[in-house]
Amino acid sequence: MKRQIYANLQRKIIFITLLVSFIPLISLSVIIYYQFTQVFRNKIEEQIEYRARVQSNAIELFLKERTAILLAMADTYTFDYLAEKNKLERIFQIMNHRVGGFIDLGLIDSTGRQIAYVGPYNLISLNYYSQPWFREVESKGVYISDVFLGYRQVPHFIIALQRQENNRRWILRATIDSDVFESLVRAAQVGKTGDAFIINKEGSYQTLLRFGGEILSKSHLDPTLFGEGTTVLEKADKDGKKILYAARWLKKNSWLLVISQDASEEMTKLFKTKRIEIVIVALGCLMIILTTYFTTHLTIRRLETADREVNELNAQLVHSDKLAALGKMAAGVAHEINNPLAVIAEKTGWMEDLLTEEDFQKSQHFAEYKKSLGKIEEHVERARKVIHGMLGFARRMEPHLEDVDINEVLTQTMSFLESYARTNNIVIEKELETDLPIIASDRAQLQQVFLNLLTNAVDAIGKDGNVHLTSRRIDSEIAISVRDNGPGIPKEYQSRVFEPFFTTKQSGKGTGLGLSVTYTLVSSMGGTIDLDSEEGKGTTFTVRLPVVVPEKK
Amino acid sequence: MYEFNVLLVDDEREFLETLVKRLLKRKIKVTGANNGEEALKIIRETPPDVVVLDVKMQGMDGIQTLREIKKLKPLVEVIMLTGHANLEVAVEGMEMGAFDYLMKPTGVDELLYKLEDAFKRKKIQEQKIKRLEEEETPERG
Repeated sequence: MKRQIYANLQRKIIFITLLVSFIPLISLSVIIYYQFTQVFRNKIEEQIEYRARVQSNAIELFLKERTAILLAMADTYTFDYLAEKNKLERIFQIMNHRVGGFIDLGLIDSTGRQIAYVGPYNLISLNYYSQPWFREVESKGVYISDVFLGYRQVPHFIIALQRQENNRRWILRATIDSDVFESLVRAAQVGKTGDAFIINKEGSYQTLLRFGGEILSKSHLDPTLFGEGTTVLEKADKDGKKILYAARWLKKNSWLLVISQDASEEMTKLFKTKRIEIVIVALGCLMIILTTYFTTHLTIRRLETADREVNELNAQLVHSDKLAALGKMAAGVAHEINNPLAVIAEKTGWMEDLLTEEDFQKSQHFAEYKKSLGKIEEHVERARKVIHGMLGFARRMEPHLEDVDINEVLTQTMSFLESYARTNNIVIEKELETDLPIIASDRAQLQQVFLNLLTNAVDAIGKDGNVHLTSRRIDSEIAISVRDNGPGIPKEYQSRVFEPFFTTKQSGKGTGLGLSVTYTLVSSMGGTIDLDSEEGKGTTFTVRLPVVVPEKK
Repeated sequence: MYEFNVLLVDDEREFLETLVKRLLKRKIKVTGANNGEEALKIIRETPPDVVVLDVKMQGMDGIQTLREIKKLKPLVEVIMLTGHANLEVAVEGMEMGAFDYLMKPTGVDELLYKLEDAFKRKKIQEQKIKRLEEEETPERG
């Protein structure tokens, strides 16, 4: 039952402690992890956005340079000059030498016919009038096309510009080297799976993808998702993998540079951090659980011990209360019985007195009368002893304080019993500490206490044995022990020996008051008495008296 | 055996009467008194040699009675009778001039010895006083 209460208490304490430790720990780690993820994500997005911006600037610059050199050539030379094949070839060489990245260069008149051409394909005299880019150049003056197949049936894009010269219009057209351009775009690729490519307004690929994806085929990305400036967004691809995209419009919003990155690949580092955090939190929780368990366990054990001690103390208090109550009752009873007893004694005496007269002595029952009266007196005496013992027990006198040398009192008390002990072959040994302090106590009461204990020891032995008497100082107490090697006190009697009228002596031999009187006297002097007994080995009674220093007179 | 007067004071009538009878039988001149007041009255009228006084009595108790006796007749010896070995009362009684104390119930022989001792002391005291008076008288004369 009691154990159950402690177990419940322990469970409650552990539960509450764990609750208040875990809630903040776990919420803190979750919040930190969430915040960290946000920061990390922002960082990744910033990085990819930065790359998209820088790369798009680079591409714009690339296109601007090519357009500029083409414009410079067109401004410098006339149609007739350019129409000469060797001249055009020389200009093409200068352009490739200066900026590079051109595949071919062609001069086209206003009807759309290619007048002169330098390049790997045989495109001379072809008419471009019906080509879409031709219309664009006519309306805009300078035009950079999307990627298309054209006559050569190879995906490419061109820069074309129109010039007016004495009522004659002509067009200078250059094709950009796809390899050079693509390597420029691809420079923005990162990681194992990252990609960089360009799509046009319709969503068709303008450059090769890193892993498959034909040029001019339709991308699964919707270009309308991307707005002004640089847009970053996350989208699942066809396999459900989360891909992070950063895109920026270039070439007057006709091309979209897209940089893609596998979100999970970037997040790998974060997952590592997450794993470390989980391990730390788990270890922390484990430590908290163990610490809580052990400290609670310890606390509960302490509490249990303290409770037990309190209970023992209470039991002792109840015990001494019981003794005090018994004492009062004994005193009352003794007083009430003593007076009738005195009357009986006197009446008996009077009858004995009368028996001495002659006429009684003649009676045939004289002897019987005399014997009976003798018995009455004998038993009155027996009752008297009991009552005097009871009154002694009940006596609640304030101890009369005087300077007492414990060893001297012990030695004197011992001398009372020495001759009796000698005749019964009992040796009384003493082992007294020589420099015990003189204390303020009641000498007569101490003598009675020691006499009771020594008498008990000698009585317990009966014949042949020894009694060991010791005195020693222990801190602020003087301990006096009386040890005998008698038969010992059975366990079941040990708790009762200080009760009044408890005796194991034969009926009539002891009143059962000796030890209870001793107990009362020692208590009234502020001391304690206890016993240690083992059946067959003997008994030790130990009296502990406080060292009360006498007042200086 | 000297002839002397004893006053027995006890509020337990049966005890008192029996003890008086027993002492009378032993040729002691003894009177009984039931309480302190009665005892004092007797002492004033016919002073006894020795008083046997119970400590615990109804009304005026032993110690009070003792005090009064010693005021009236300082030379009267008093033996205290106590119910038990009440050291306090015994010591107090002795300090106030009681001769001795006995524990109840007491044997009549023991009481007799004590009475004789008390009477002897009284005699000695009286003789001392007498001598002092005799020594003083001629000087004055």
